[in-house]
Amino acid sequence: MKLVITAQGPNPEDPVDPRFGRAAYHILFDDKAGTFTTLENQGKDAAQGAGVQAAQTIAASGAEILLTGHCGPKAFQALNAAGVSIFSGVEGRVLDAVQAWRDGRLEELNSPDGTPRH
Amino acid sequence: MRIAVASGKGGTGKTTVAVNLAVTVARSGRQVHLCDCDVEEPNAAIYLDPQLGPAVPVSTPIPVVDNDLCNHCGQCAAICEFNAIACLPRQTLVFPDLCHSCSGCWLVCPEQAITQADRVLGEVSVGSAGSIGFTQGVLRIGETVVPPLIHTVKATVRGAPWVILDAPPGTTCPAVEALRGADFALLVTEPTPFGLHDLDLAVKLARGLDIPCGIVENRAIPGRDIVDRYCAEMDLPVLARIPFTRDLAAVGSEGGLLVDADADVAAAFTQLLDELVGLEARA
Repeated sequence: MKLVITAQGPNPEDPVDPRFGRAAYHILFDDKAGTFTTLENQGKDAAQGAGVQAAQTIAASGAEILLTGHCGPKAFQALNAAGVSIFSGVEGRVLDAVQAWRDGRLEELNSPDGTPRH
Repeated sequence: MRIAVASGKGGTGKTTVAVNLAVTVARSGRQVHLCDCDVEEPNAAIYLDPQLGPAVPVSTPIPVVDNDLCNHCGQCAAICEFNAIACLPRQTLVFPDLCHSCSGCWLVCPEQAITQADRVLGEVSVGSAGSIGFTQGVLRIGETVVPPLIHTVKATVRGAPWVILDAPPGTTCPAVEALRGADFALLVTEPTPFGLHDLDLAVKLARGLDIPCGIVENRAIPGRDIVDRYCAEMDLPVLARIPFTRDLAAVGSEGGLLVDADADVAAAFTQLLDELVGLEARA
């Protein structure tokens, strides 16, 4: 199982970025191997559709789960179509977020909870 | 002569200047067409009360993906500058409100899996107010893609040697689309720090588009010279002034024409027209 966590910095010790499309980094966690891989968010400064672009990156990474702060309607639709489960309202360090997911303390998002930001 | 009436700030009097100038041009015996390019809040019609033909929908092409033909190669998403297409492992999604109709996706698709559909942006009506030709565009509520509608509004002009384009405020894509192709930009401002700040943005926009410009100072107050000082510094002509009076404000708020209500203002508009005729002769 692979997870992507939105992060304000490139390391697992960095705080979770509450934004999805415009997060500074997307950190890929391989639950089986226990390894973290940092993905630069190429679309974080996109004029529009940052969430749509990020959703494609997440889907291409093979992740099935996203841990983030908020997720807007277009990103939600794209992630849903890619079969990615979204857990929002995540706070603390990336490491803590992964632990919270392992402990079953996070709630899956069933509808978008953010508005698009320009 | 295509004259765009623009400003950075909203509410400076663009429409007031556009309609009073159109009437002044028409009364001088010249053929004139006014385009209300402020499609988000078109209100030149309030002053000119034109007879309009039917409202014709204006649409823009957007992609439709046939997911049975799509092999998810991702070329459509890669070429899209606006992230309007998401190529996902099992599905390719289109987000129509992000699409700018560049055609890139359906041209690049190797599987011919993308066809076009029309998305309605708003509507355009053409008509006349007396001898003044008139076009207005009305944006669909909630729509964010504005330039193609403004483009269509401008494309309705047939043969009138004088065209007045009432531009939207601001300096973003809709204002750029309204100004594009104009021979001259009349920038309307008011003697306030806010008005002046946004005038400076509008001057930079006009100069960036290589359109010569001049200033109309609205709500002018004797002794308040911040517009003059700015124009001297920027080498810009002040071509007309409309004084700040309660009577003129009342005329405007009742949908009346300033050139009908006040002989001094009528003279100022006639002089403005003379200046514009002179500019055209020198061009």
